Amino acid sequence: MSIGQIIFTLVVVVAFSIAAKNYKKVYRNIRLGKDEDISGDEGKRWKNVLLIAFGQKKMFKRWIPAVLHLAIYVAFLFTQIELIEIFIDGFFGVHRFFAPFLGGLYTLIIGSIEVLSFLALIATVAFLSRRNLLKIPRFVKPEMGGWPKLDANLILFGELALVTGIFMMNGADVVLQQLDPAHYPSTGFLPISNIIGPMFFGDLGLNGLQFIERTGWWLHLITVLVFINYLPISKHLHIFLAFPNVWYSKLTSRGEMENMPDIMNEVKSMMGLIPEQEMDPNADFPEFGAKDIFGLSWKNIMDSYACTECGRCTDVCPANITGKKLSPRKVLMDIRDRATEIGNNLDTGAIKFLSEEGRAANEKLTADNYDDGKSLFDYISREEIHACTACNACVEACPVTINPLEPILKMRRYEVLTESAGPSDWLPMFTSIENSGAVWQVPDDRDKWAKDMSEEGNDS
Amino acid sequence: MADYSAEGKTPEVLFWVGCAGSFDARAQKVTKAFVKILNAAKVDFAILGNEESCTGDPARRAGNEFVFQMTALQNIEMLNMYKVKDIVTACPHCFNTLKNEYPALGGNYNVTHHTQYMNDLLKAGRLTIEGGEFKGKKITYHDSCYLGRVNGIYEAPRELIAALDGELVEMKRCKTNGLCCGAGGAQMFKEDEPGDKRINIERTEEILATGASIVAANCPFCITMLSDGMKAKEKQDDVMVHDLSELIVQAKGL
Repeated sequence: MSIGQIIFTLVVVVAFSIAAKNYKKVYRNIRLGKDEDISGDEGKRWKNVLLIAFGQKKMFKRWIPAVLHLAIYVAFLFTQIELIEIFIDGFFGVHRFFAPFLGGLYTLIIGSIEVLSFLALIATVAFLSRRNLLKIPRFVKPEMGGWPKLDANLILFGELALVTGIFMMNGADVVLQQLDPAHYPSTGFLPISNIIGPMFFGDLGLNGLQFIERTGWWLHLITVLVFINYLPISKHLHIFLAFPNVWYSKLTSRGEMENMPDIMNEVKSMMGLIPEQEMDPNADFPEFGAKDIFGLSWKNIMDSYACTECGRCTDVCPANITGKKLSPRKVLMDIRDRATEIGNNLDTGAIKFLSEEGRAANEKLTADNYDDGKSLFDYISREEIHACTACNACVEACPVTINPLEPILKMRRYEVLTESAGPSDWLPMFTSIENSGAVWQVPDDRDKWAKDMSEEGNDS
Repeated sequence: MADYSAEGKTPEVLFWVGCAGSFDARAQKVTKAFVKILNAAKVDFAILGNEESCTGDPARRAGNEFVFQMTALQNIEMLNMYKVKDIVTACPHCFNTLKNEYPALGGNYNVTHHTQYMNDLLKAGRLTIEGGEFKGKKITYHDSCYLGRVNGIYEAPRELIAALDGELVEMKRCKTNGLCCGAGGAQMFKEDEPGDKRINIERTEEILATGASIVAANCPFCITMLSDGMKAKEKQDDVMVHDLSELIVQAKGL
């Protein structure tokens, strides 16, 4: 085993071990949400995954970013083939393992990757300038300062590094194939490298070329490994989570809010429709709706980790358009940040995060006895959740079928049902429905219009 | 409905009037217009009168599940007692709740929005719309969220506009991208949060940009919001906000 192989193996093993730990954390954070059975109709789910996730159907509502994004996405998918070869070469200390086997097909594959990488390069530059020079409204909202902005730029710089690596290693390789055909099997004519290789590296000697080739190879590999470790703390995690997120997205009507069977049965027993519910006199008043991420479903939290902060939801939100504080994207980002905060706190096991009962009983810190004195309401203000018109524009807009409306309505439920709070303007409406069966307190009969109508008819 | 039941008869359809259609002066006009159309098409329909209650949509979306369940379960009890199968309503919020939310509570009905219903009557030849009145007039159509984006009904109302012979001019944001009027999610019943402008003003500006003289709507709350918007822009005499049923009644001279 050569030194190169040993270094390669060590780097890869270390990178994957650290990454595995962080992906597990994300999984654990998602599972902090309530259980919700999402299954059934696999045909429809496969169709959604193929069309919306793989096919990026919803991206094409805005075709310019859709085409640019598609270039990066397809390049990413195809480059996996080259990445497999990089891993084989690295582990076994060989060079371009597939080239002799595949011949013309190899040229086609690597050639396609080159063209796609070039398109991805153009798209990346376009995305960088769009974000930093054009100041597109959805990228300069208040929630997009600081880390989210840096995160977005880091991802794009990472993509530049990936593409640079590919062209360094292929470009130098093409020249090396002429100088040292025994060690560098022919790749055939590569559309980009056969031009830029001789152009940039044509004058270099064997050593210089080998250095460029190895630097490109390691640059690409290291960037990939850094990305794998970076994803769990970045919005870029969408490249993985988009797929399960679309798979698990709701198949029932958007118009149906999740039913609350506890309340339904309570009301049914009040109305004498079902036998009186057995009430445990010692039971605490149940918590309805969502005060924190524990009150959301795991899918709501997965939504937040699948979000890549593109802001299409916020861009179409009527409240946001008219200057209200509500931004559906911020709601998702807040849920993710809160879930991450709780996850990290749980990892410390510190007693200060134990609830009073937990402390009294000398328990170990778990999600069940967690209490840091904060809640989701410290992230998402009441003003924000009150401004929502439930119009579903955000739900429609999301390219990876995130539902920002659900958590907003769950927080409203907490406010109204558990806290008996909420906008005071709503109280007359609630009382009126309860007492008179109408949204307004009106003294007239409900069919007064019909009587008026027949009178009008008699008059004419 | 009680009369039908007493006589042992079943109406062709139950007309669910809704709170706005029953009590709001502007929406009552829509109710009456739709009734005129049902009569003209010789549809044998019933109403529930005082036995109808709010479907609970605004309470549920405001977060008050208790009030929602109370009113919804009462309605379902009564609808099931009358063995109601087919319901038509002129309110997309009632439509959505009856159609999509009552099944989980034990209420299963075939629910139609009145724009679909009128279009079906038209296709079946039971309703005729004589053109002329709106020939060459620019009409824009406002997709309500709960008929359009939530329930995917975009074409039936547009087919009615075509039948009216009007020239349909679409707004920049229409169909799946339609902009909310600002009333949904129980906003109708509270003051706005602080912001730059009201949502109905944003939508009104978009309507005015089309140059249309008529806005066809399908929801009593949208009609209120857009009419308010026109008043705020002092355009209430230039741009008329009407429900599709009212336009048909005008065209037919009913």
